[in-house]
Amino acid sequence: METLNQDFIHKYSLLGCVQCGKCTGGCPVSLRAHLNVRQMVHKTIIQRESEDYEKKRLWDCTTCSTCNILCPKGVKPADLIMGMRGAMVEEGRLQPALRDALESTLKHGNPWGKIREKRSEWTEGTDIKNLSDGDEAELLLSVCCTASFDPRVQEVAKALVKILKSAKVNFGVLGNEENCCGSEGKRVGEEGLFEILMEDNSELFKKHQINQILTISPHCYNSFKNEYTGVDFEVQSHPQLIAKLIEDKKLTFSVEVEKVVTYHDPCFLGKQNNVYDEPRKILTSIPGVKFVEFDRSRERSLCCEGGGGRMWMESEARGVRLAEMRVKEAVSMNVQVLATSCPFCLLTLEDATKTTGNEETIQVMDIVELAVCAI
Amino acid sequence: MRKKIGVYVCHCGVNISATVDIEKVCKLASGLPGVAAAKDYTYLCSDPGQELIKKDIKELGLEKVVIAACSPRMHEQTFRGTCEEAELNPYCLEMANIREQCSWVHKEKDKATRKAAALISASVAKASLLEPLSEKEVDVIPKALVIGGGISGIQSSLDIADAGFGVYLVEKDPSIGGHMAQLDKTFPTLDCSACILTPKMVDVYRHPNIELLTYCEVISVDGFIGNFKVKVRKKPRYVNINKCNGCGACAEACLLKGRIASEFEAGMGKRGAIYVPFPQAVPLVYTIDSEKCLFLRKGKCGKSPACKAACGPEAIDFEQKEEIIELEIGTIVVATGFDVFPAKEKPEYGYDAYSNVITGLEFERLSSASGPTFGKIKIGGKEPEDVVFIQCVGSRDKELGNEYCSRVCCMYTAKQAHLVREKLPNANITVFYIDVRAFGKGFEEFYDRVKKEGIIYRRGNASEVYRRGEKLIVRAEDTLLGEALEVETDLVVLSTGLVQRDVGELKNALRLSQSSDRFFLEAHPKLRPMDTATAGVYLAGCCQGPKDIPDSVAQASGAAAKAIVPLATGKVKIDPIISFVDENICRGCGICITTCPYDAIELKEITRDGYPVEVAFVNDVLCKGCGACVASCLSGAIQQRSFTDEQILSQITALGVE
Repeated sequence: METLNQDFIHKYSLLGCVQCGKCTGGCPVSLRAHLNVRQMVHKTIIQRESEDYEKKRLWDCTTCSTCNILCPKGVKPADLIMGMRGAMVEEGRLQPALRDALESTLKHGNPWGKIREKRSEWTEGTDIKNLSDGDEAELLLSVCCTASFDPRVQEVAKALVKILKSAKVNFGVLGNEENCCGSEGKRVGEEGLFEILMEDNSELFKKHQINQILTISPHCYNSFKNEYTGVDFEVQSHPQLIAKLIEDKKLTFSVEVEKVVTYHDPCFLGKQNNVYDEPRKILTSIPGVKFVEFDRSRERSLCCEGGGGRMWMESEARGVRLAEMRVKEAVSMNVQVLATSCPFCLLTLEDATKTTGNEETIQVMDIVELAVCAI
Repeated sequence: MRKKIGVYVCHCGVNISATVDIEKVCKLASGLPGVAAAKDYTYLCSDPGQELIKKDIKELGLEKVVIAACSPRMHEQTFRGTCEEAELNPYCLEMANIREQCSWVHKEKDKATRKAAALISASVAKASLLEPLSEKEVDVIPKALVIGGGISGIQSSLDIADAGFGVYLVEKDPSIGGHMAQLDKTFPTLDCSACILTPKMVDVYRHPNIELLTYCEVISVDGFIGNFKVKVRKKPRYVNINKCNGCGACAEACLLKGRIASEFEAGMGKRGAIYVPFPQAVPLVYTIDSEKCLFLRKGKCGKSPACKAACGPEAIDFEQKEEIIELEIGTIVVATGFDVFPAKEKPEYGYDAYSNVITGLEFERLSSASGPTFGKIKIGGKEPEDVVFIQCVGSRDKELGNEYCSRVCCMYTAKQAHLVREKLPNANITVFYIDVRAFGKGFEEFYDRVKKEGIIYRRGNASEVYRRGEKLIVRAEDTLLGEALEVETDLVVLSTGLVQRDVGELKNALRLSQSSDRFFLEAHPKLRPMDTATAGVYLAGCCQGPKDIPDSVAQASGAAAKAIVPLATGKVKIDPIISFVDENICRGCGICITTCPYDAIELKEITRDGYPVEVAFVNDVLCKGCGACVASCLSGAIQQRSFTDEQILSQITALGVE
């Protein structure tokens, strides 16, 4: 019988690897943690079974996929990590907080341990069409679990609603019927959970005849766009739609926002989906904004460490957190706003302003929150 | 029926005999209609094997020969020769492929034997209908065209010219010299590249048999081996090359002097709108860049163009127009070279973001004594304390579609690291590599030498480049340590690979194919590395695949030898297996004309039953015998010799018979 490792060799085409190390060299956590994806690929090829200490290191991965993108041979080390995590999840070897998050996702449709009935609480007083109540709209705003329940990210959702209304976009939400997209489940190796959610969501979208989806989280965007199979809808991320609205002159800015702003590329929007220009177009369209680039931007951007289930895990990584590095660099650039366009980036970066004592110096905002200041 | 067919079955050692029952097959073959003898032999292609056939042809008076052996691609020419030596028309030969199409692909002996017998019976049926054919010969124009004036084109031109034949050397740039002219020193001998190249450039210029056509492009190629007609576009230089003495007064006077990135300096240095690419340019005449020149672009340059005023011999001519010239030649050598991999396609290395991230070719100009820094390794006016080289940029990269190794980067990196050591003895020099491929003569020795000079080789393909303060950081893994690391540096040199150059329409004009790496495809990877699928067109240098200078020169001389053969013999034989028209049936619809990929068919007027009618006419020299016209002909008027409908149908019928 094939061992798991032999299975992985074929499933992830590992034999093409030339051990060049570009994956590990580019891995954002490889300087902080023991994770060495190149060695992991090599050991999977030459060992029948992976060693336990090796397996433990799997959880340091943020699934930013820089390794997948840098690999000159088309090997996808991040996919191997997800596969190996899957084997551990099957054995029940995962951190308690992560286990709770997965259980909550299955039970309540969100990983945050919140009951489904509270999902649309944030919409109270906003007058948004609810497709679940029979309203009709051209576009579904897929709110995402984090924007639904986290008080900080709810502000992003509310700002986006204002922008959409200002541009007279015909949109609606699914209210309490909305489910987690399953992206984080897939990234911690819970492929089964992801498939259940994909099926449920696909049916839900079909039931409400949804053929256009707008996401707030790049993680939802990535899953809908690249991982959902057998579906028939178009998906766009909020920076893409807003940039289009600006281009079509459906969204105009009238208020000056006198801020120096930089932008942090979320891995799931930038590196994984090549959405680089739209967020910059939005920021440079806002009157008064002085936009400056990070040295490490676009394809060379740095992960915030918020993905890959890391929101529910303790890491053994040492040294300065990448989000803290990012904030410190932004401070050294004398920017007032560190803008991003991902709920996880927003939370990790904002947290980093506090842990580095910079909460008074710099503000972390989603680009849509900046945009809303200008209307 | 006359029994005048000989059947010969080859064992090919055990290649065929292990799977096919030879004895049984021979016995069956001997009973086929028209067969006078059926014999077997271990290796028919060997001398005794061929002797056996020749003896039978003479003694039994054979009129047709069937060889049951390997693919005709392998030995058809051999056995045609055998027939010819026995005074039998070589086109009275038919081969049954019982190796590639039978013994090699089947396991069960019984079934393979039956299939071999069927294939032989089909060949016998066809052989009985074969007709003797004669090869035509055409005269060859004793001149060659060489496209591209880099080291390969230069070498081919000189070799052909030295053999006594005329050569047109067409170069798209204002000077010949190509990439080699840009290099500082060459590995592993550390010869000065320009010093060994420029004498050859001058030889080209002076050679009585070479007509040098610089700043020219081939725009169309018609005709066939021995008789090509080529159109060449002479781009206007706006300088009369017969008057220009190369003094350079115009360039000194140009208002844009020092303001345009110089192609020759790989962007590291500047030139004006009127320029020579480099001081040793051949021909040493100036050229006006029409896309940059103020006068040509806007009709105005100061009060009047300063270059014109400065030119003593009055060589500047703003009225010069593009010219199309026609050349008639016998053979063509393609030596169009390569392009450097565009480093911005690997954004992780920050080539677009940082001026101190440069390509290997840019380093060559930086290091060259004739370059913009006079050979001083300086970036932003400062000598770097730390230098990092990153290998395999754009090579061995499946994601880019460049799966191949560029073959020169390992060694040019070692050479460049050595040059940095020589010029900056205290610099920290690090090379990031995946594998060091030091495969050529003197390469491994050179690599050893460089390592002993204190250059640190770290195994790992660098991952990213970013800035920290005044320094650049190269992020990588030292895979031998298994540790991720950051290396501080002042200069990053990307060992950019070689990619195929886009030659536009030329590819189609010459009917060249490309292999999956996009380089031009040779006729056979082992045995015909200089030939192409188009007769009379040969490949030299990096247009066929990445090569270093000695390999380019070797292939260029090889291509020259190939190109000389038809010029020297003065005749080329035309394969008689081509199509022909039955003028009594053809109704002149012209479908075959549109079908023919070689433009070999045209309509001609004949008189039929006293009336003038148009019928298809096949140009024997252009026809390649592909058979497309035969298949497309609605009235069955076109047939292909040795593949007539009758012959093919007889084969099909015979295949049903065991």
